[in-house]
Amino acid sequence: MTDNINIQDIVKTENLVHKKSSVMTENTMHYCPGCGHGTTHQIVAEVIEEMGIQQDTIGITPVGCSVLMYNYLDIDMQEAAHGRAPALATAIKRLLPEKFVFTYQGDGDLAAIGTAETIHSCNRGENILIIFINNGIYGMTGGQMAPTTIEGMKSSTTPYGRDVKLMGNPLKMTDIVATLPGTYYVTRQSVHKPGNVRKTKKAIRKAFEYQKLNKGTCFIEIVSNCPSGWKMTPVESNEWMEQNMFPFYPLGDFKVPEE
Amino acid sequence: MAKLKGAIVIDKELCKGCGVCVTACPTEVIALSSEVNGKGYNYAEAVNMDACTGCTNCAVVCPDGVITVYRMKV
Ligand SMILES: Cc1ncc(C[n+]2csc(CCOP(=O)(O)OP(=O)(O)O)c2C)c(N)n1
Ligand code: SF4
Ligand code: SF4
Ligand code: SF4
Repeated sequence: MTDNINIQDIVKTENLVHKKSSVMTENTMHYCPGCGHGTTHQIVAEVIEEMGIQQDTIGITPVGCSVLMYNYLDIDMQEAAHGRAPALATAIKRLLPEKFVFTYQGDGDLAAIGTAETIHSCNRGENILIIFINNGIYGMTGGQMAPTTIEGMKSSTTPYGRDVKLMGNPLKMTDIVATLPGTYYVTRQSVHKPGNVRKTKKAIRKAFEYQKLNKGTCFIEIVSNCPSGWKMTPVESNEWMEQNMFPFYPLGDFKVPEE
Repeated sequence: MAKLKGAIVIDKELCKGCGVCVTACPTEVIALSSEVNGKGYNYAEAVNMDACTGCTNCAVVCPDGVITVYRMKV
């Protein structure tokens, strides 16, 4: 009997269970195929839609591949100079405390040129959400080594792999900010598999809920891929990430509020 | 016994052929086409829609949000 059901019977508005969020614009994203930036944008938009805060959210875009994020999310957004997103978010949140304010930053932006802004805004406990996309590389500028590039990882400036004797150790920003008194909720997630996307979405939702209660800085790292910079197919990059990035950057909560 | 039956609609012109939906589908509904779309990507298509349960996994991992999912009890 079920065999008689055809697609037209199922594809009806009343049966709809997932579609692109209405907070996303119709613009086609410029990201490379399979890039985690796109997946993350979708869930940020979904949370904003589900919380009904489209008119009350202000995002700060970084310098990096996601510099044009304001073309894709239909919310107020402000572009910051490289690494300065948390400083700008601090100002906006202090001036407009009723708004939901978040930054969206790559690892070159947040963990290299913006290290000071990141650490001090977290230490001050600014009431903002920082979303940190860690793909271990400077994606936009051609895949150079970032502070987050793991040992042995190839990049355009470490063609034989990162040698820590010469280039120093990779930096774990999430571990650092979790030790600061101003952070309230700190977690490391990913968006490469359905279960991980759902978990990360829940984390973003939680962070916005905490912001409503003025709890302090929430910090969500998303270990992500850069298929173009890593010179892999998207599916290969996700596998490589699981095998090589996750052992060094294990997923999970670093600081969770006592309920 | 009630069973879940799903169907997906992929916007083939907006698909970038990344293939992450293919690996995310537990019932092997999706494959990349040998044809290319206007952008030159081997777009994703449902090749085994009968096996779709409407679990939404494919849509949840699609970076470009081009998959819409429907589900009904039959
Ligand atoms: C002040 C300044 N210095 C350097 C640059 C060049 N630049 C542009 S993007 C970028 C790095 C971006 O890497 P990341 O933050 O990891 O983001 P991704 O592109 O990987 O998403 C750099 C160094 C710049 N635009 N401005
Ligand atoms: S260069 Fe890397 S981070 Fe940038 S859009 Fe392409 S895959 Fe994504
Ligand atoms: S909804 Fe689930 S079963 Fe259907 S195609 Fe997508 S992943 Fe496969
Ligand atoms: S995940 Fe989206 S963009 Fe990638 S192949 Fe599937 S439908 Fe196309």
